[in-house]
Amino acid sequence: MTKLTLSRGLNEGLRKALDNDPKVLIMGEDVGKLGGVFRVTDGLQKDFGEARVIDTPLAESGIVGTAIGLALRGYRPVCEIQFDGFVFPAVDQIVSQLAKMRYRSLGKVSLPVVIRIPCGGGIGAVEHHSESPEVLFAHTAGLRVVACSDAADAFTMIQQSVDSDDPVIFFEPKRRYWDKAEVDTAAGVAGTLPFDRARVTLEGDDVTLLCYGPLVRTGLEAAAAAREDGRSVEVVDLRSLSPLDMDTITASVRKTGRCVVAHEAPVFAGLGAEIAARVTERCFYHLEAPVLRVGGFATPYPPSRLEEHYLPDLDRILDAVDRTFGY
Amino acid sequence: MTVESGAATTAVSAIDQPAPDLPDQAGEFVQLLTPEGERIDHPDYPLDLSADDIRSMYRDLVLVRAIDTVAISLQRQGELGIWASLLGQEAAQIGSGRALSPDDMVFPTYREHGVAWCRGIDPVKLLELYRGVSHGGWAPEEHKFHLYTIVIGAQTLHATGYAMGIQRDGTDEAVIAYFGDGATSQGDVNEAFVFASVFNAPMVFFCQNNQWAISEPLEKQSRIPLYQRARGFGFPGLRVDGNDVLACYAVTQKALQAAREGQGPTLIEAFTYRMGAHTTTDDPTRYRLASELEMWKLRDPIERVRAYLVRGGLAEPEFFAEVDAEAKREGARVREACRNMPDPPPLALFDNVYAEPTAILREEREQYAAYLDSFEGGDR
Repeated sequence: MTKLTLSRGLNEGLRKALDNDPKVLIMGEDVGKLGGVFRVTDGLQKDFGEARVIDTPLAESGIVGTAIGLALRGYRPVCEIQFDGFVFPAVDQIVSQLAKMRYRSLGKVSLPVVIRIPCGGGIGAVEHHSESPEVLFAHTAGLRVVACSDAADAFTMIQQSVDSDDPVIFFEPKRRYWDKAEVDTAAGVAGTLPFDRARVTLEGDDVTLLCYGPLVRTGLEAAAAAREDGRSVEVVDLRSLSPLDMDTITASVRKTGRCVVAHEAPVFAGLGAEIAARVTERCFYHLEAPVLRVGGFATPYPPSRLEEHYLPDLDRILDAVDRTFGY
Repeated sequence: MTVESGAATTAVSAIDQPAPDLPDQAGEFVQLLTPEGERIDHPDYPLDLSADDIRSMYRDLVLVRAIDTVAISLQRQGELGIWASLLGQEAAQIGSGRALSPDDMVFPTYREHGVAWCRGIDPVKLLELYRGVSHGGWAPEEHKFHLYTIVIGAQTLHATGYAMGIQRDGTDEAVIAYFGDGATSQGDVNEAFVFASVFNAPMVFFCQNNQWAISEPLEKQSRIPLYQRARGFGFPGLRVDGNDVLACYAVTQKALQAAREGQGPTLIEAFTYRMGAHTTTDDPTRYRLASELEMWKLRDPIERVRAYLVRGGLAEPEFFAEVDAEAKREGARVREACRNMPDPPPLALFDNVYAEPTAILREEREQYAAYLDSFEGGDR
């Protein structure tokens, strides 16, 4: 076991993927010499060459569109979109082409493309650098959407995503890039939790807190604070946003009878809405309270001096937890 | 600085002021066969085709036009939801399609029926898409012909990526990306030009400039001839008479060979004309003059080949009669196959979304199956 940052966990996972399969490619803006603006691809071009770690022109649609062509040729490209807010120029290629090619071809064409997107706020950035667009992709049939929350998952989930024969949108919590965790880089992915499964990160009895990506750490901190008030919070890291691991979610909520969903993305028409509806359908007679949601407001992402108000923090999560006991 | 009201000024950007340099659309192009059927030589494109080759090209041109005509009538009869006719663009497609070697990969739009024909795709497969029984469904790698792409220009990036894959494989193959004049305004096409250029991708950009993007004429897309765009991206561009099957064949073959030899991309602008509507839902009488069509009829891509074959004594009347008869037979076969094409079973709509169906898909499929079964005589 080694203590690695989440960024390094991704780097080691990508290195393994490049080592294991000569068809794996990395492509994106500044991913080569620079190693990416977050250094996730640091050193990979030096070790695997410019043909496999490709510094692309500055054009997101071009990156994803050419990745599709490379996948049609038998390659397994991993694209980096530099920031969440820059994915939108590529949305046509992702939504209309990448997601639909298997369906269009009646199963004759697979596009094993991974699109890595640093997501979320909390780093004091300018506009377009702090967004959480995951639900746009979760709403698109044909895509898998996952979010890692720590270095160990980053290491395994990126490899599982590269192995997937479906296209994967891979969200990385950018404000957690430098958080450290123990990672066993010598181990393979075999036997690890599949990337389409949720994980009960912390067991509890009174309320289920569903979160993913950057808010898993916040959720664990909230659970620790709630414990001081005598409340036992079960923290579930969703990991897979599409498909949803409803079995794990349902089992937890049936046990606790209460459910709070937290994400940075706006609450309105967010992933929490889908989860609340499904939990209500499946756990109606087990629920002590309605499913409550905590998340971003129905506003564009604010200037960074206001982001602490926009982002769900420990207190706002605890407030929702408290409210589920008020019914 | 103050501006006196009423001072005499010239409007610098009035909305009704035309662009100063309207496209020079009557410029030079590569032509090897005149509209009158006269064979002319071009120093850069020597072409030595046998009479058999040219008769075979003629046959292709006639057959794809016949199939196109049948498809239009099938749409009128309610057998197809829509059809995008290739009428007028047969030479551009057959000429370029026949220039491909078997290993070259094609990325078509939704109008490349003639190229599909050259790649051995059964026209009935194309009709599946327009009838609405599938979104495509042929095996792209088997025919080296990708699925039709409907979003304008998106396939040019796929083509470029595929060509980048060929470079990594180190093989002797090339890629051709088809698109139209309207597509040249799309970001994706311009991004494809950039990627193909800086990576020196082995590919040919084949633009069929049919003068119209639905109702918008070329001057809404460009102030310069389209082939000249290539220069700004750093690779060669040329214009060919898109109604001359021999010239389209020659320029495409040469550009593909250059790509295979590591010389990077070429843009070919095939100057042609969409003689029909954009699709069967379109009404060109609302936006263009009949006289324009009459002028282009004089440049028909098939008539000039027929004239050449007749004038040179390269084909007997029996040959033309046999091609016409074959076109009739093929048209009848396609018509019959289309009419007999069954709808897919309802639950097929859940297939092939993911490599393996997800839990949510399985659940929806089961629920919908039970719902269908709840009807008396429910048939799925």
